[in-house]
Amino acid sequence: MTKRPTFFSLILSLPLLIWQLTFFLFPLLFLVAISFWTVRNFQMTPDLNFGNWERVLSRGVFWDAYLRTFILATAAAAITSAIAFPASYAISFKMSEKAKRWMIFILIIPFFTSYLVRVYSLQVFLSDAGIINAAFAYIGLGPFSMLNNAFGVIVGMVTLTLPLVILLQTFSLNFVNRDLIEAAHNLRCGRLRTVFAVIAPSAKVGLVIAALFSFILSFGDFVSPLYLGGGNPPTLSIMITDFTKSGQQWPRAAVVAIMMIATLLTTAFAAITYAYKERGK
Amino acid sequence: MGNENRIINGLLKLHIVLCLLFIFAPIAGSFVFSLNSDRFPSLPLGTFSTDWYRAIWEDPLVWQGFGNTLIVGLTVAVIATLLGFGGAYTDFRYNFTGKSIYVALALLPPTIPVVIMGLAMLAFLSRINLSGTTISVIIAHGVMCAPFAMAIIRLRLSQMDPDLEAASWNMGGNQWQTLRYVIIPFAKPAIFAALFITMAVSFDEFAVAWFVSGLNETLPVKILGFLQGQVSPRINAIGSLAFLSSMTLIILAQLLLRSPEDQKK
Repeated sequence: MTKRPTFFSLILSLPLLIWQLTFFLFPLLFLVAISFWTVRNFQMTPDLNFGNWERVLSRGVFWDAYLRTFILATAAAAITSAIAFPASYAISFKMSEKAKRWMIFILIIPFFTSYLVRVYSLQVFLSDAGIINAAFAYIGLGPFSMLNNAFGVIVGMVTLTLPLVILLQTFSLNFVNRDLIEAAHNLRCGRLRTVFAVIAPSAKVGLVIAALFSFILSFGDFVSPLYLGGGNPPTLSIMITDFTKSGQQWPRAAVVAIMMIATLLTTAFAAITYAYKERGK
Repeated sequence: MGNENRIINGLLKLHIVLCLLFIFAPIAGSFVFSLNSDRFPSLPLGTFSTDWYRAIWEDPLVWQGFGNTLIVGLTVAVIATLLGFGGAYTDFRYNFTGKSIYVALALLPPTIPVVIMGLAMLAFLSRINLSGTTISVIIAHGVMCAPFAMAIIRLRLSQMDPDLEAASWNMGGNQWQTLRYVIIPFAKPAIFAALFITMAVSFDEFAVAWFVSGLNETLPVKILGFLQGQVSPRINAIGSLAFLSSMTLIILAQLLLRSPEDQKK
């Protein structure tokens, strides 16, 4: 079926291609280019200068932020996956088709609420004089410091990614062959053991990809670290906004951005390799 | 599944309820706080008040932001849906070398962190002197929304009997007529769903818009500004209204996507 493309097919296929090349791929490549540019008197001039790379990568502040961001995102992905799994398991295995569809619809709702508004609301819940601490005070506990620290950031990241992770896990669990579970039960495999020895391995790809998405979203999120974590010390995404918004240091921001993309690609590649490992064997 | 265990099932149900509580408490909280007199709500809650809604109603900057949001959202919905439809049909109908690259390029944008998208867009658009305009927000949101439109329409097309197209050609319809009288009518619910969902995505997107919008801020960018400033429950009032409008769009989309199946039954 290798014919010359018709006018009709080009009209349909090209606009999207051109749009994404011009306004998506090209800006990303341009980002790589400006990481070598220099800034003089608040003006960027094209250059092939490694100074930005040296300056960013030689500073301890950058690596501290890098490590912090990586650990926060990893923790968020692990915690979110752990919280999500029992819920996804219950949705996939214990609910009727109709209830399942409702759950999916309910879990899609948060995607269309403003994350900013939710984070602002979380501030009210988590602050020292906020809702949760007031509730604790009634029973004579607290106040617990839940804002402007890692706890706050993780809560924000879990809020952001939990619905997505539950959905992805549920979809992958839906594909688990029900006969396998029946077989495991017949072979006197216990409930918990069935979950870990039969169900989790057969849904492995989906579970890993769900965790990966949680990691990607958390790694790039700047709202939770800024408004629930206090923004200081910064994460990589806060560094980017700082470099860009104050000081016009776009080339340095570009360096941080490229490091982030490289990390995400490496993580994604590692995760997907892990997910598909041993399956064909 | 003979050995159902009531305690475990009960615990699982409880877990789901807790998860939903965790997910929806901030959303519900924002509603409650928006109707509360306190500047910084805590327990016990203050009195019922619509002051925050009045404050945003009387704020010209909010109206201006709302206007920008609406213009951007409507334009983005149309552009993203047109682009997405083309992409979905291409993926459905054709096989060509490099197709996987085509599809990847079309679907990748949502996986790039928004700060990086924002920075890349800002650097690029300011180079071509478009940064700080409403058009720049439309361009950026077009990139981010087209994948959603494409996915929704592609899903619908995959439910189509491929013989329908062939039948139309056999009866003498050319490609354009087939598109016009067979494919578009079939994909119509998904096309409308894509319009509504991309609009809703654009309504709530703040990060990239913040980078590129300059003075032509959309409403979510205004909220970001409020967040950086003093504590202001106006955020809750705006958020609640935005949530209601987004939900209306989503429910419309949901009804559109569901109706054909229900008619079949």
